[in-house]
Amino acid sequence: MTVERIVSETKDQFPIGMRVLAVDDDPTCLLLLETLLRRCQYHVTTTSQAVTALKMLRENKNRFDLVISDVHMPDMDGFKLLELVGLEMDLPVIMLSANGDTKLVMKGITHGACDYLLKPVRIEELKNIWQHVVRRKKFDRKDRNNSDSLDKPHVDSGEAAGMGNADNNVKLNKKRKDQNEDEDEDRDENGHDNDDPSTQKKPRVVWSVELHRKFVAAVNQLGIEKAVPKRILELMNVEKLTRENVASHLQKFRLYLKRISCVANQQANVAASLGTADSSYLRMGPLNGLGNFHALAGTDQLHNAAFRSFPPSGVLGRLNTPSGLGIRGLPSPGTIQLGHVQNSGHSINDPSKLQSFVPGNHNANILQGMPMSLELDQLQNNKGVSHIGELPTANSTSVFPVSGSLMDAQITGFSNNPLLGVTSNSLMLEGSSRQSALHASNLRDGVYAIGFQNGNTLSEFASIDPVSNQLRDSKADLQGQAASINCNAGKIMRSVAQEWNAPRKDAPYQSHLMSCSVNSSTSSNGAMVQLDQCLDRNNSIFHRTMDSDSIGPLNFVDPLSIKHVEAHNSAMEPSVIEKERYLMYQSRPQGNHIPDSVGSLEDLASAMMKQDQGKGNRRTQ
Amino acid sequence: MDVVNQLRRQFVDYSTSLHREGILDDQFTQLQKLQDENSPDFVVEVASLFFEDCEKLINNMGRALEQQQGVDFKQVDASVHQLKGSSSSIGAMRVKNVCITFRSFCEAQNREGCLRCLQQVIHEFSLLKNKLQTLFRLEQQILTAGGSIPVIE
Repeated sequence: MTVERIVSETKDQFPIGMRVLAVDDDPTCLLLLETLLRRCQYHVTTTSQAVTALKMLRENKNRFDLVISDVHMPDMDGFKLLELVGLEMDLPVIMLSANGDTKLVMKGITHGACDYLLKPVRIEELKNIWQHVVRRKKFDRKDRNNSDSLDKPHVDSGEAAGMGNADNNVKLNKKRKDQNEDEDEDRDENGHDNDDPSTQKKPRVVWSVELHRKFVAAVNQLGIEKAVPKRILELMNVEKLTRENVASHLQKFRLYLKRISCVANQQANVAASLGTADSSYLRMGPLNGLGNFHALAGTDQLHNAAFRSFPPSGVLGRLNTPSGLGIRGLPSPGTIQLGHVQNSGHSINDPSKLQSFVPGNHNANILQGMPMSLELDQLQNNKGVSHIGELPTANSTSVFPVSGSLMDAQITGFSNNPLLGVTSNSLMLEGSSRQSALHASNLRDGVYAIGFQNGNTLSEFASIDPVSNQLRDSKADLQGQAASINCNAGKIMRSVAQEWNAPRKDAPYQSHLMSCSVNSSTSSNGAMVQLDQCLDRNNSIFHRTMDSDSIGPLNFVDPLSIKHVEAHNSAMEPSVIEKERYLMYQSRPQGNHIPDSVGSLEDLASAMMKQDQGKGNRRTQ
Repeated sequence: MDVVNQLRRQFVDYSTSLHREGILDDQFTQLQKLQDENSPDFVVEVASLFFEDCEKLINNMGRALEQQQGVDFKQVDASVHQLKGSSSSIGAMRVKNVCITFRSFCEAQNREGCLRCLQQVIHEFSLLKNKLQTLFRLEQQILTAGGSIPVIE
């Protein structure tokens, strides 16, 4: 089937004429899908091979507006295709499957699917898929506009919104987007104001390995917190690259980092997933500059702005780095050193102790250290990889608001669900919104210790020094960070949680949720509130018990948690590592898929939260 | 005209009975609705594709289950999964239901159970094929007699 493009006409009549690429190895389903799509007046191209689909997409990035793909395909896993498409082409992808297992749905979402439909697919559902295209365009645009602007109001309101919607990070995102939209309307930097995807004339930028490497190098140089698109662009010095391109890529990158910074306790699972993820990340690998990013070096103390290269250990290595990096605003993405959290001694005053954890083992301990100075005593992460951000000594300022409560083993029932992704996502989000907000000192705030799982018992949450004072200082920072992180994390966590749960049943680990358990003792600031919001969201998601062998106390400084901390020390356990990269995760969970996962997360979260803060579940799914 | 009406009535009755017996479900009705002047043979086309596909899958499953050295349940499961998808897309409810049971046997790695399910699949599939062919024949007769195919809600 060929796509007929009636360019001018279709543009005006969008969604009529939307160009869809349908991929399914089952001929019956493919024919049915094609007929249904045609009935919706879309332009349809079909193929039964994922490989062919990719080829078509790569040949001409602007040929399609949307991709619908089956999950179960012989030549390539649907999820893999999903990731690649999201990464390379930034197109919305809808997954299709006869299997509506929550875990699978979660997996789809975490891999970046805009939607997940069940077979037999109904025409009513297909009639609405165009919204994903519009949404993405809008979001991209907004994102770019925002990147430079460091709009605090965005963040705040976003967070506030997020708070309200604990259960729906997507909403938070959306809100932020909306706000951005509102704010940016007059200064829309995008030449094309069309939300109409088919009229978007921006040529897609292909983020090749080289380009991404430059990007990462630039971010590294600037420091994740200070990496603004404009400066990155300057450093990269690439012709024809626009600030918008960089901005949107940066956002994705942050999301990715966040995601991988989630702790994944499931070793096997993680390992496995990493294995598969590897290839997809491979593309991203260099992109992420994981290597560049500070990996958990265990002993290094990161300075604030430096992202240290993260020696990837195994698959995770790759993943890890991003996490470290991703933390925007987190005090320098440094490696989070686990194990040394000493309340006393570390004077890591530099907030830059952002440490990304690289799970020493392949499996998983990906700790995403949000740059937080966490004083984790026990962050001993199993293979040494996980470094949990050290909290700068207990001094007030650098203390990571990780509330002491955090860590201690909040072992929740969630087994193995590493909340991955969340971290990266949150980081990403954070990054973008918070550029200004976060500073090195954020480290303190942002200690996001993502406990990686290792199959060990959790527990080791190092005693994170409840640095109340530090919290205070860092609050602001945290807030920024946390908020964004939280939001993202929340989202991710949600999706990830489910996903991770499944595989890791064996490991008794507890995923540490990224909990920003901000020190409750700290006074709550406004920031806290925001964090709180975020936290809530994150909390619920993050409450996953992870094995802490990796990272004892993963403290996620969840902005939200900060607030919570006051109320309770909710120890959010670091989340698991998300093995998959989470690109712009447009989480738009269809009501049907997400709820389950969220529900469980929320339950978990609530359980956890309850103990600390009695805050019930905020989220209801 | 009487002939046409008679045929139409026959068609409706037959269709209704297929639904009642669970051989077809609402999805099939959806397919019929998709058929129009632009794609007048849509249902027949989809059904043909399905028959072909199904036979192929059945063969795969049979082969896999017969492996003396050790059954690759993953492969069987993959085929069952695909069959489930396509049967649900066409509205072949009974086939789909067997697939559901089939999958749990695959997960449990129960060869006997799988073989039994495979037999059931074959049975249901043959039944469905026959019935659909009868239905299509009726449709053809109606069209030939100058009538239009009734739409069953």
